[in-house]
Amino acid sequence: MATLTEAPPPLSPTAPAKTPPRRRGRLVPYWLLLPGILWLLVFFALPMIYQASTSVQTGSLEEGYEVTWHFATYWDALSEYYPQFLRSVLYAGSATVLCLILGYPLAYLIAFRAGRWRNLIMILVIAPFFTSFLIRTLAWKTILADGGPVVGALNTLHVLDVTSWLGMTSGDRVLATPLAVVCGLTYNFLPFMILPLYSSLERIDGRLHEAAGDLYAKPITTFRKVTFPLSMPGVVSGTLLTFIPAAGDYVNADLLGSADTRMVGNVIQTQFLRILDYPTAAALSFILMAAILVMVTVYIRKSGTEDLV
Amino acid sequence: MALVNWLRRNLVVIAGLLTLGYLLLPNIIVTVFSFNEPRGRFNYEWQQFSADAWKDPCGVSDLCGSLSVSLRIAFWATLGATALGTMIAFALVRYRFRARGAINSLIFLPMAMPEVVMAASLLTLFLNMGAQLGFWTILIAHVMFCLSFVVTAVKARVMSMDPRLEQAAQDLYAGPFQTFIRVTLPIAAPGIAAGALLAFALSFDDFIITNFNAGSTVTFPMFVWGSAQRGTPVQINVIGTAMFLVAVLFVLASMVIGNRRTKQKA
Repeated sequence: MATLTEAPPPLSPTAPAKTPPRRRGRLVPYWLLLPGILWLLVFFALPMIYQASTSVQTGSLEEGYEVTWHFATYWDALSEYYPQFLRSVLYAGSATVLCLILGYPLAYLIAFRAGRWRNLIMILVIAPFFTSFLIRTLAWKTILADGGPVVGALNTLHVLDVTSWLGMTSGDRVLATPLAVVCGLTYNFLPFMILPLYSSLERIDGRLHEAAGDLYAKPITTFRKVTFPLSMPGVVSGTLLTFIPAAGDYVNADLLGSADTRMVGNVIQTQFLRILDYPTAAALSFILMAAILVMVTVYIRKSGTEDLV
Repeated sequence: MALVNWLRRNLVVIAGLLTLGYLLLPNIIVTVFSFNEPRGRFNYEWQQFSADAWKDPCGVSDLCGSLSVSLRIAFWATLGATALGTMIAFALVRYRFRARGAINSLIFLPMAMPEVVMAASLLTLFLNMGAQLGFWTILIAHVMFCLSFVVTAVKARVMSMDPRLEQAAQDLYAGPFQTFIRVTLPIAAPGIAAGALLAFALSFDDFIITNFNAGSTVTFPMFVWGSAQRGTPVQINVIGTAMFLVAVLFVLASMVIGNRRTKQKA
C-alpha cells in the first residue's frame, strides 16, 4: 500500500532514475550528524550518567566501588561544603555584575563611538586571549602585590577600609582575599561579556537614537528606554557566559585567593585528584551542574529571551 | 563648565577606555616581566632589566616540551572538531530530520556546563573504562568541548548563505559534488575558519579539563600551573609575550590582506 501512495506513476522515462538518489538523500543528514553526535553522546552525555552512578556508590579505592544508592553522600557533601557553594555563587555573581558594569561602556564605545578605531579596539579586546590565561592571572599577583602601587593607592583612598569592613579584604592586603578572587574572575571573563553585548548593540539602528532625541528624550532616558532594552539579548547571553564558567572556576581562587576563599571548583578538584574520594566529588559536581541548570533555566524564562538557545 | 560638559559627553568613552586598560594591564605586566631578572624562584617582583630569558626561551627543562604537546593536541583537536562540527552545522541548517530538539540541546549543553563538571564526569568515564590517561584522553576531551563552538560558528555562516547560488550552480550543470566544492565550501570557508581558530585557541589554552584528564602528560597551561606552585621561570613570560605578538601580527596581516581584497574588488 505504502509504495502505491508514495511513488506516483512515472510520467517520463527519467522519473524512476531520479528516485534512488532522493532516497539516499534522506539519509544524508544522519550520516552528517552521526560522528559528531556520537562523540558528544559518548564523551559528554555518557560521562554524566557515569558520574551520577558514581555519586551513589560506596566503597573504597582498594576494594572497589559498588552502587548502593547511598544518597546520604549528597547530604553529607552539602552540609560539609555549603560555604564553598555559597562562595561560588557570591563570587561568580559579583564578578558577573562587575563585568556588566565594566563591559557595557566598552561595548557601547566600540558599537557607537569608536569610528575608525573600532577594529583596533576590537582586536585589543580579543588580544588578551592570545596569552595563556594562567600567565595573565599570575600577573595579577604582581599588580595586587602587598605594598605595591595599586594596594597603596587603594589604601590612601581608604577604599581598603571600606572593603575590609565589608569582609572583602583583610588589613592592608588585597592578595589572598575575596576581593582578589572576584577581581581575577571579573578580569578573566570580561571579554565573554563584552562580545555578546557588542554584537547586540551593533544591531541597533542608529536612527532610533535620533528619534528618541527628536522626541526630547535626554541621553540617559534614551539609554534607559531604547538602548538598554534593545541590548537585552546581549546582556542575557553575556551574563550567562560570565556566570557559568565563573561559578565552576577554581583557578582564580587557587592562584589569587587563600584557604578562606575556596570555591566549589576547588573542592571538586581536590576530592577528585588528591583525596580520591570519587563519590563525594561526583555528588558535588552533580549538585553544581543541577544548580546551574536550574538557575539558567529560571533566568532565561524570567528575562523572556527563550529563543536565545 | 566646558570641561564638565566635555566630560559628560565623553563619559562612556572614558569608562570604556578604563575597562580596556583593565583588560590590557596584565598583558603589559607579562611583557615587562619577561625582561626581569628575579632574585627568588618567583617572578612577581621587579628587580632589574635582563634579556637572558629571551635569549634562551627553552632554558627551563620541560617548558618547550609542554609547549609542543599543547601545539600537537591543539592541531589535532582543531582538525577533529572542525570536521565533525562542520558536518553537524550543515545537517542542522540544510536538512530536516528527527530529534532536532534533542540534538540542538546536546550541542548547546557543553557550552552551558561549567568546565569542572565536564572534566570530572569525563574522568569518571575514563576511570571506569580503565583508559590510560594521557595524550589521547586529552585529545578526546578537547574535541568534545570544541565541537559545539565550531557548530555555532559554522552554522551562523551557512544560515546567512544565499541558497540560490547553489541552485544557479546546479542550473549550470554542476553535479552535487562539484557544487559543494566550487560554491558551497568557498562561501562557508570564513565560518569554518572562524570555528577552527576558536577551537585552536580554546584547546591550546584549556586548563581545567586537561588537568583532570591528563595523567602524567604536561601541556603548556599545566606547566604554568605547576610552576605557580614551584617557582615561575621568566621564560613563561617570554613564551606568553611571543604568543601574543605572533597572534597580533597574524590578525593584522589577515586584516591587511582582507582590506586589499575588498579594494581590488571595488
